[in-house]
Amino acid sequence: MSVDVISAEALRRVTENTLKVMKANEKYLTDLDAEIGDADHGINMVRGFGLVNDRVSSLNSPDVGKILETAGIALMEAVGGAAGPLYGMLFIKASAIVRGKTEINKRDLAALFEAGLIGVQTIGGGTVPGEKTMVDTLYSVVEALKELADDESATLMMALEKAAEAAREGMKRTISLIAKRGRASYLGERSRGHQDPGATSAYLILRTILDTLNGKVGLKVKNSGPDGVILEETYI
Amino acid sequence: MLNSLVGIVVVSHSQKLAEAVKELAEQMVKGKRVFIACAGGVSDVIGTNSTLVKRAIDEVYSEDGVIVLVDFGSAVLSSRAAITLIEPEKRDKVLIADAPIVEGTFVAAVEASIGKTLAEVKKAAEDSRNLKKT
Repeated sequence: MSVDVISAEALRRVTENTLKVMKANEKYLTDLDAEIGDADHGINMVRGFGLVNDRVSSLNSPDVGKILETAGIALMEAVGGAAGPLYGMLFIKASAIVRGKTEINKRDLAALFEAGLIGVQTIGGGTVPGEKTMVDTLYSVVEALKELADDESATLMMALEKAAEAAREGMKRTISLIAKRGRASYLGERSRGHQDPGATSAYLILRTILDTLNGKVGLKVKNSGPDGVILEETYI
Repeated sequence: MLNSLVGIVVVSHSQKLAEAVKELAEQMVKGKRVFIACAGGVSDVIGTNSTLVKRAIDEVYSEDGVIVLVDFGSAVLSSRAAITLIEPEKRDKVLIADAPIVEGTFVAAVEASIGKTLAEVKKAAEDSRNLKKT
């Protein structure tokens, strides 16, 4: 399927599918969070995207910026812990980039993810990659998207595929890191050897954008290692 | 002449803790006027939420600004996020104090109640970290 922009309708499908993906992977995310957090990341993401869906489906707007903003506010209201303000800000800052537009092209995608990442880093107090957070995933995504943004030979789908692969690598890299942020940071050395739940849900979101545009719903982690690494994925 | 006072917001993972800190601080100012709002816990469980923090900021906001006291972690993130959600012209006047929540709040209350500025209240709250107890 050759898609060169993300329409408002496609964006709505992405939010619908993200809820399904979070529900399918709720236990996986909870187990990751039980190792180094407070074991609620799974239910938080389900609750958050539940509210996102309620609000986006009743929004009826062709404005992709408005849709993203609505999602951000819902996430801020319904997602507990650190993830609420962080994901909320990601979507809200991203929304400003495409406010008033009816579709998102390859360049917009790079710009909105970059704005979202900066929002996350600012709210986190200057988070950088290597601290075992969602920034490890998001930073890699932004790098990949920016690399292909000005490449005339690269399509939107190519950019998303590269970004999803970069997200997977960023997420995996968190396994061997010591947490420098959040509750996990109180564990010090004990946080090593466990994949970060926030970095993981960020990967799931990225994959859901790609999968939705490819006409699929999303992925469910079928098998994972003791350190949380994804061994086997299946499509919902 | 006091037109308005620096407002105080107490953000804690625990609703009980935030309310108790507010009660203590109000006791410390011995009946003088002070405006303290709480944003503690989320729907009766331990946690923080930026919507609740924003509501508390709006409750006590005045031209003299607002000082936010936090316990740790996501209380800080929620407060930062809440500040980005308030009107742009108010944002510079809402500051998060890098202070211990109990001591910082009652020192902030004392300073605010005698009409000190936001900067003075923030400094006093942050200096409360150095209060010797024994």
